Amino acid sequence: MASTEIARQAGEGARAVPLAGHVGFDSMPDQLVNKSVNHGFCFNILCVGETGLGKSTLMDTLFNTKFEGEPTQHNQPGVTLKSNTYELQESNVRLKLTVVNTVGFGDQINKEDSYKSIVEFIDAQFEAYLQEELKIKRTLHSYHDTRIHACLYFIAPTGHSLKSLDLVTMKKLDSKVNIIPIVAKSDAISKSELAKFKIKITSELVSNGVQIYQFPTDDESVAEINSTMNSHLPFAVVGSTEEVKIGNKMVKARQYPWGTVQVENENHCDFVKLREMLIRVNMEDLREQTHTRHYELYRRCKLEEMGFKDTDPDSKPFSLQETYEAKRNEFMGELQKKEEEMRQMFVQRVKEKEAELKEAEKELHEKFDRLKKLHQDEKKKVEDKKKSLDDELNMFKQKKTAAELLHNQAQQAGGSTTLKRDKERKNNPWLCTE
Amino acid sequence: HCGATGGEGGLVGGGGYMKWLEVNSSYSSSAMSEAVVPDATVSPAAGGPYGEKAGGPGVDFSYVGIDAILEQMRRKAMKQGFELNIMVVGQSGLGKSTLMNTLFKSKVSRKSVLATAQEKIPKTIEIKSVSHDIEEKGVRMKLTVIDTPGFGDQINNENCWQPIMKFINDQYEAYLQEEININRKKRIPDSRVHCCIYFIPPTGHCLRPLDVEFMRRLSKVVNIVPVIAKADTLTLEERDFFKKKIREELRANGIDVYPQKEFDEDAEDRMINEKIREMIPFAVVGSDQEYQVNGRRLLGRKTKWGTIEVENIAHCEFAYLRDLLIRTHMQNIKDITSSIHYEMYRVRRLNENNTVVAHANGVPEHHLAAHEM
Repeated sequence: MASTEIARQAGEGARAVPLAGHVGFDSMPDQLVNKSVNHGFCFNILCVGETGLGKSTLMDTLFNTKFEGEPTQHNQPGVTLKSNTYELQESNVRLKLTVVNTVGFGDQINKEDSYKSIVEFIDAQFEAYLQEELKIKRTLHSYHDTRIHACLYFIAPTGHSLKSLDLVTMKKLDSKVNIIPIVAKSDAISKSELAKFKIKITSELVSNGVQIYQFPTDDESVAEINSTMNSHLPFAVVGSTEEVKIGNKMVKARQYPWGTVQVENENHCDFVKLREMLIRVNMEDLREQTHTRHYELYRRCKLEEMGFKDTDPDSKPFSLQETYEAKRNEFMGELQKKEEEMRQMFVQRVKEKEAELKEAEKELHEKFDRLKKLHQDEKKKVEDKKKSLDDELNMFKQKKTAAELLHNQAQQAGGSTTLKRDKERKNNPWLCTE
Repeated sequence: HCGATGGEGGLVGGGGYMKWLEVNSSYSSSAMSEAVVPDATVSPAAGGPYGEKAGGPGVDFSYVGIDAILEQMRRKAMKQGFELNIMVVGQSGLGKSTLMNTLFKSKVSRKSVLATAQEKIPKTIEIKSVSHDIEEKGVRMKLTVIDTPGFGDQINNENCWQPIMKFINDQYEAYLQEEININRKKRIPDSRVHCCIYFIPPTGHCLRPLDVEFMRRLSKVVNIVPVIAKADTLTLEERDFFKKKIREELRANGIDVYPQKEFDEDAEDRMINEKIREMIPFAVVGSDQEYQVNGRRLLGRKTKWGTIEVENIAHCEFAYLRDLLIRTHMQNIKDITSSIHYEMYRVRRLNENNTVVAHANGVPEHHLAAHEM
């Protein structure tokens, strides 16, 4: 029998060994990156905010292209989520970008349930991934990840404080997705009001315990810029896809009679900061947080809810599979039962229908019989009549022959009278025998 | 065309352009699903990693910065480090330990670590693994070398592959256990054997039955890289003949060694891998001693009739092996292990669990076959 021995050195399980020359595994990051480039990346953004806060425009501005042809129809009763997937490419990087928009958020009179469809949507994406992960034959490698990596929460530029709808929604979302709050259409607020607004928002978020996404500060190369940006949250953005000539350059801007707000001017708004943080510095971290924190939390809750437990080491694989198998059998049993029920109901209906049809058939037969009888009666009547008429005719004929005989006899007996009578008879058409 | 320059800490986005098309849309009732392809906006964007524009009057500021994700990934990889688990299999005396030391230019083999005064051939096959943290140019790697002393050394070598297969499957099992936990670790420690280097003794004729048996069984669960050990005992003609013979035998027995034909991803892959497949098994010589050759210090073996330079491809194919394993295909080896070998194990394991449990619950077979989960 073989014995398995794992020899471990001091420390955590491996010792540091110096290399006497160039081995070449410093190419590993390149190999990894190349593989990812071949595979492509995917990134999913959810935009939550009331109608008219410029969500679609901001997406267009961020990714430098016009995503949608025309503005969305806002005629649905509740909050619906509309997601679109686009394939973008920049140099050798292919990105599958999915932008999900909340349509009708904040439009209702009663907004108590507004957050529900958003939470359901996010959960549905986690669920889909979990299902794929639990499959026996799975293809995680080529799975199109639809989990939301970043949620841009658009705050209306009132200048006062957060609306209760915003607080409630963000509280419900903060454990499910990375929230990046932004002040939309911030060219409506003056600089001083904006500073106060930002402070108010941040303090409200903190006092309500809303966990927004913090840009990571553990990696030295980006720690500084990330921590600076963290203090600028929420970002005050302005979006625009129209270009205006400033100096001798065409820049994205919004033109007003009193001036032009330049989107990419850091003095005018935080758009550049948002783009920097969201795309150029932390996209990978957003994806990782979604997978290792939010998804794991969802998975843990879901599995516990389904009744699985991490029991002692011996029965680990079995408990998961066993419980799962038991549940599946239960489900199958129910399915079978339902099938039986449906089959029975079907048979029942068929019988009923058959009975009905038989009834109808019987009625038809009866009707037919009746009609036939009627017809026969009629026929008989007619025949009777015919017979009686025939009888009359015969009687008439007999009478006629009898009368003729008498006439002949009378003629032989007395001639003249007969002449007169003949004349009479001749004149009387009724008495002519021819 | 834009290339990623890892060295100076940034990606030059020169020549980047944006093009897109709408792939699909909609989750809810208000669906708009026409596919619209717009005109591509070409922008000669150039700049550093954080979007500093190259400036100048005619610059189109339409660089978004999506390609910065490559840099982000690289940073993350450097921070996390990498893991690699290599197993060496072969009779004693074939130079396995030396080859490992040569590959990683340090004393990574078991013998160097576990000081045994007199190396005795064990009575049974043992599996011994040693881990090291090595670092090169900021890239950290946890290398685990798994040795199998006693393999092929017995008089009766029947089933000598069994303990090795069990070890490999045990690693898959450990990973599976972690993966199906409810409370999972952020990064599941990967102890799965990524690559198994099989040492073929340089007889010069053909594969022995033991070699065929072992490779046939193990190529189904792990990536096998066969090498001709101590190739300095073969002349070039003998070597070529031997290699051809080995390739024929592998083909005849249906043994798929790394790189496996069926896992070639695209035409480019296939081209590169075909070239490799025509060269395996690599005839290698190992050495951890340096000698002066032509004014340079090189790794080699000194004999009375000359010095064999290990890294000289005219002398032996060590450099090819090193390039394959470390410099070009390491990530691919790990990917095939995790997405193919491990998945196959997982499917087998979960299915066998289902049948066991199902029979216990009296569920008939056909119900299981119908469903994937």
